Amino acid sequence: MRKGARDAVVEARGVSVRFGGVAALDAVDFVLADKELRCLIGPNGAGKSTFFKCLTGVLRPSEGDIRIRGIDCVGAHPHEIAGLGVGIKTQVPSVMNGLSVRENIWIAARKRNSTRDADRIVTETLERIGIADSAGEPVGNLAHGRRQLVEFGTVLAGDPWLILLDEPAAGLTAEEAERAVDIIIEMNDRAAIIVVEHDMHFIRQLAKTVTVLHQGRILTEGHVDTVLGDPLVRDVYLGKSQ
Amino acid sequence: MTARQVLSSVVVAAILMFVLPVFFDVLNLTTFAAYALLALSLGFVWGYGGILCFGQTAFYGLGAYVYALTAINTGEAWSGFFLAILLPALFAAILGAMMFYGRLSDVYLAVVTLVVSLILFRFMNHTAGEQWVIGEARLGGFNGIPGFPTLHIPGDPEAYIYDENLYYFTFIVLVLCYLLTRWLLGSPFGRILVGLRENEQRIELLGYDVRARKTAAFAFGGGLAGLAGCLYANAAEIITPELFGLGLAAEIIIWVIVGGAGTLIGPMIGAAVLGYLKFVLGLRAVKEVFGRENPLEATLVFGTILILFILFLPRGMVPSIRDWLGRARLGRGGPRRSSRRRRTQAERARPNA
Repeated sequence: MRKGARDAVVEARGVSVRFGGVAALDAVDFVLADKELRCLIGPNGAGKSTFFKCLTGVLRPSEGDIRIRGIDCVGAHPHEIAGLGVGIKTQVPSVMNGLSVRENIWIAARKRNSTRDADRIVTETLERIGIADSAGEPVGNLAHGRRQLVEFGTVLAGDPWLILLDEPAAGLTAEEAERAVDIIIEMNDRAAIIVVEHDMHFIRQLAKTVTVLHQGRILTEGHVDTVLGDPLVRDVYLGKSQ
Repeated sequence: MTARQVLSSVVVAAILMFVLPVFFDVLNLTTFAAYALLALSLGFVWGYGGILCFGQTAFYGLGAYVYALTAINTGEAWSGFFLAILLPALFAAILGAMMFYGRLSDVYLAVVTLVVSLILFRFMNHTAGEQWVIGEARLGGFNGIPGFPTLHIPGDPEAYIYDENLYYFTFIVLVLCYLLTRWLLGSPFGRILVGLRENEQRIELLGYDVRARKTAAFAFGGGLAGLAGCLYANAAEIITPELFGLGLAAEIIIWVIVGGAGTLIGPMIGAAVLGYLKFVLGLRAVKEVFGRENPLEATLVFGTILILFILFLPRGMVPSIRDWLGRARLGRGGPRRSSRRRRTQAERARPNA
């Protein structure tokens, strides 16, 4: 909010989502600067995923305004938002199980490139995320963590300037989570990133700035150490080991 | 698709085209080729696009009617031939757009497509009166439309293409459509379409417009089915509302399941084999063996075949045969362990749509 609107990649103003009488999100303001890496945390039911769905066009906010690089995105379809150059990774690994790793990434790369360029990008991407050895395997055969990596690959191959990640660490082993942290930090060189997560260990490795949602509102926002040391935030996570 | 694959497909098709008439009647073969094209259209839409269309007959029947009505009014065949592709494709595009932009999927889509076909069936059945005329052509209601000009050498409406020549023509059109579909599936559009079948949400989140792509695939399938209807009309020389009927609508699904969804060749073989079986079951000699209470009634036999396949060969003939062949080849030579691993991978890689 301190940031000027000019260099903002994402700018949400007064975003509310109501399901019947329940407000899942209540007048949320959120600004993300270019190349910023922001973690969105909060206990279950805080509205993290709802907010994520508003950003990706899956849900239409009841009220409020969402702009991505200044473009009004309220009511836009997910493919339109993705088409702006936004890479999206959902909570449950969303990959094409029947197709090979290579084909998964090729389809992602082909969106903004010619067939020949897409072929080249696939080879590069396979190297970058370290799954070149299973390039020909059907994704459905891979373990959960490897499939998460494939989904990272599909996001990466689109060369996005904004990346939205919903619980990227879910179900990963410690080793895979470290790999994910590396990948996310590397992606941050070229793109602004929003990570929705509640694995505190993962967040500490990753973020500088954290936004805490609670009961559909923004509780606090600031540097990761300050926020996680805040007694109010601890109260919100009461009963949870952090 | 590589040039070698095209060449080998053409060679195999050419051999088949000349060998089959030695064993079977050409009129039957022409009909089976039209069925095969109809099966190919559903094999594409369902097996690769993941769109379970229960009313592929709508486009098939429409193709036949468009062809016959145009041919009667123009006195020649070729404008009708092309309209029989274009109008069903356009109709499929409109129907598809309504369904896909309306976010209809799975079972609702199957129901809507079937109902559309049955509406056309009922409508055509009610067009017996003299007021049902398009140009010079009477729609004919239940009795359908007999005696329309059939295909002829372009420029000479008297030089009809019939019997063996019609068979060759139909067969070649079938092969061309098969190659076109193969090519389409190898193109970026086709590859993304298969990705869409695997995971619609992922394709959407990659920035592709799922609705437009499904509509386009559906329209392509509609065009193929329309062409199949036109070819059938030329073989049968009469068309009736039965082309839109529930019986045929269900049969196409059985052809595809028995032949193998997720392949193109499978549905075509399924259509030809089951088409021939139905022909045999309909022979008077077979019927007379059992008299009135015929246990070999076609729908009963087809139902049994469907159940047997779903229980024992759920992936259909062609994928299963391919596996057996692959297993036999791997069993003969090569390192045991790696070959076994490769096989299971290949099996799982195969789409189960």
